Amino acid sequence: MDLHFGDSKPTDDERAAVDALLGPPESSWEGADRSDADLRWARGGRAARDRRDLLLPGLHALSDRVGWISEGGLDYLCRRLTVPPAEAYGVATFYAMFSLRPRPATVLHVCTDLACTAAGAADLCAGVEAGLGPGVSVQRGPCLGLCERAPAALAVRAGDPVRTAVSAPATVREAVLAATAPDSAPEEPPAATAVPQAGDPGLVLLGRVGLVDPSSLDDYRAHGGYTALRRAFELGPAGVIREVTDSGLVGRGGAAFPTGRKWQATASQPDHPHYLVCNADESEPGTFKDRVLLEGDPYALVEAMTIAAYATGAHQGYVYLRGEYPRALRRLEHAIAQARARGFLGDDVLGQGHAFDIEIRRGAGAYICGEETALFNSIEGYRGEPRSKPPFPVEKGLFGKPTVENNVETLVNVLPILTMGAPAYAAIGTGKSTGPKLFCVSGSVDRPGVYELPFGATLGEVLELAGVRPGLRAVLLGGAAGGFVRPDELDIPLTFEGTREAGTTLGSGVVMAFDDSVPLPRLLLRIAEFFRDESCGQCVPCRVGTVRQEEALHRIVERTGAAAADDIALLREVGRALRDASICGLGQTAWNAVESAIDRLGAYA
Amino acid sequence: MTVTPLGIPRRLLEFTLDGQEVRVPEGSTVLDACRAAGKDVPTLCQGDTLRPKNACRVCVVEVEGSRTLVPACSRRAEPGMLVRTDTERARHSRKIVLELLASSVDLSTTERVAGWIKEYEAKPDRFGPDAARLGEEPRVDNDLYVRDYDKCILCYKCVDACGDQWQNTFAISVSGRGFDARIAVEQDAPLTDSACVYCGNCIEVCPTGALSFKSEFDMRAAGTWDETKQTETTTVCAYCGVGCNLTLHVQDNEIVKVTSPHDNPVTHGNLCIKGRFGYQHVQNRD
Repeated sequence: MDLHFGDSKPTDDERAAVDALLGPPESSWEGADRSDADLRWARGGRAARDRRDLLLPGLHALSDRVGWISEGGLDYLCRRLTVPPAEAYGVATFYAMFSLRPRPATVLHVCTDLACTAAGAADLCAGVEAGLGPGVSVQRGPCLGLCERAPAALAVRAGDPVRTAVSAPATVREAVLAATAPDSAPEEPPAATAVPQAGDPGLVLLGRVGLVDPSSLDDYRAHGGYTALRRAFELGPAGVIREVTDSGLVGRGGAAFPTGRKWQATASQPDHPHYLVCNADESEPGTFKDRVLLEGDPYALVEAMTIAAYATGAHQGYVYLRGEYPRALRRLEHAIAQARARGFLGDDVLGQGHAFDIEIRRGAGAYICGEETALFNSIEGYRGEPRSKPPFPVEKGLFGKPTVENNVETLVNVLPILTMGAPAYAAIGTGKSTGPKLFCVSGSVDRPGVYELPFGATLGEVLELAGVRPGLRAVLLGGAAGGFVRPDELDIPLTFEGTREAGTTLGSGVVMAFDDSVPLPRLLLRIAEFFRDESCGQCVPCRVGTVRQEEALHRIVERTGAAAADDIALLREVGRALRDASICGLGQTAWNAVESAIDRLGAYA
Repeated sequence: MTVTPLGIPRRLLEFTLDGQEVRVPEGSTVLDACRAAGKDVPTLCQGDTLRPKNACRVCVVEVEGSRTLVPACSRRAEPGMLVRTDTERARHSRKIVLELLASSVDLSTTERVAGWIKEYEAKPDRFGPDAARLGEEPRVDNDLYVRDYDKCILCYKCVDACGDQWQNTFAISVSGRGFDARIAVEQDAPLTDSACVYCGNCIEVCPTGALSFKSEFDMRAAGTWDETKQTETTTVCAYCGVGCNLTLHVQDNEIVKVTSPHDNPVTHGNLCIKGRFGYQHVQNRD
């Protein structure tokens, strides 16, 4: 590939950041100073190009070190990886957490999404902007996955190493402190504070959260860890898939696809290698269950991924973790390193002859990368745009190879399936929705957090458990891509079939309660803004449709009845095309919440 | 194509298209089948020399058993498929896509789109006078071609032609995200600071006139561009021995644009800077 570069040079810092990731360059073909020897050969072909998947980690390295990505830094990274600068620019500008323009080393991300808005994010933003000087860039952004402690702010200070501090629930003073002195900011409360049921012996998925030391592999093993993997080795790959199929487990990320079928379809593909991808890009507003699992019980995911890889014949696994989860990243990194050091990952897992290892890839602020094929593109170093299906990931997924992609919660469910056996697991829940389910309850409740209940619990029971406050006006199920229900619909059973019958969706398990403090049209406008901001821009219905939806909602934010009727008719027409003609689930669901608010809650009536 | 290696004969498969049984070779898309059956399914991002990107979604059709509509341009025909191209549902989405595009992009030089807007009774004005538009100024930064991104529907064809599908120069990419996404070179610099080799293969595939010869852009600005007065003469490029076909577009005895036939087995519509832009010597009359 004959690449063209400008004259910009990287700074020493930028060079060091990239070299720390990739090692020192071996020749001028990779960005070192040119020597006579370099003129007598050319580095090219596949060997030069096959590290494209390190582009996103490289962009993180630059951004983490200096806070933004300069032309010289980007060019240097491109030389190292043989990536055309125009493509790398396209990738870097895709992610909200990267800046291609100079900005202060410290960025304070303030969540202005639904739960945080209801908890006073607007005042928080105004306060921190007044309280912070030009040395900190304040960025309003989508959900940070800290809804149980709303309002939330995340400070990131570039340097070596990069420092982060979470402030939640944030006061102006604490958020300013986090941004100005991230090192001395108070430690976040333990993950178990997000689990109001912590300590309940009946918990299947959250049982270890708060009970074990998330850094200790021994503690994990002392609490039942790695018994599922041993059982898996006894059963053999086909036996594991049979157990998972018989358990009735379906994907917990929102699409509810049968996990056993997905594993079987991948395992039987003749093309190799097979890959395993864990989708931990939890970005649906209101969702934070994966974060709590990763922070409170990280070895569970490592073990579950090892089982999934063994069953499907994968030797390399990736965890795509959203970029806004610094503590989950640290804990998971530590857990993987420990597991590797102790033979639970590596060339010969537990001496059973199966090789498997896990790499973490950090997202960089793009909701769309939670879409399974967009996630593949993101890992591969391309823009996180969804691919068209078919072909499906089980056939052509990551790097064009058969791939199993599962959500964190789905994978963690595999552990109880193997330890208690498929029949016992399937006995939990209802006939069609088996097993325990995590619900992320936030908003107008006394005890927000992640709740574990068997499928079949009603919405009212979940809200009761969380201590719903008086004056309930609406409940949002499934996040921004989900739908609103009324306070008189609390008997909806929270199962896939139950919510479908009720004309709504379970989605990723978000249960967000709203009282009257924020007017409904404002919430709808925030949801529409979210989809406009997060649309990747690939297909027309979503790229322009989400803009037109937001414009219409702006026009009617203070209107009702006949004054809003024309725009509501327009919204319905655009929404129908969004649902029917968008490439991926983002566009297809971008109108769900607004539609449900109009039809069920009588918004604008 | 004038010379086509025949290859292994492809089997025919049968499916139902608007109630009619049709037979198409294996590997055909639904769009291929529609066109073979004489149905006019609108397309914008589809290119005869490129792999389908299915980004514009104006070609959507209804396929029995599919939850959403399906892009005809990229979905391969399968035996027994039930496809309907002209349902109210498909027409509705096409209409909205046309409205969304026409309300945000300058489609004045997009071929056939005016006819489809009429056919589908699309009313782009109904989003109101404040509806966001791209609002881009033409970029005139070199003597050969102009990038007028106010006319860009983001069909990705130029990126694909510049990248691994044809030119392998990788000078352009989509940058940004959502409604703010634009085609750009690195750092959104002028073309002259980029990897562009001025082959003009992006102009060849651009469906909207967002990319055009500087000569065409200037003549349109002056109001002298008139395709009815143009002749097209296909000849062989004289620069090297490859033998590329050139089609010279001539108006008032001046070459105003050079293309290459898409079915030419040498070029598939692609040229290099010499074939595309190196024609001035032909019309130096002193």
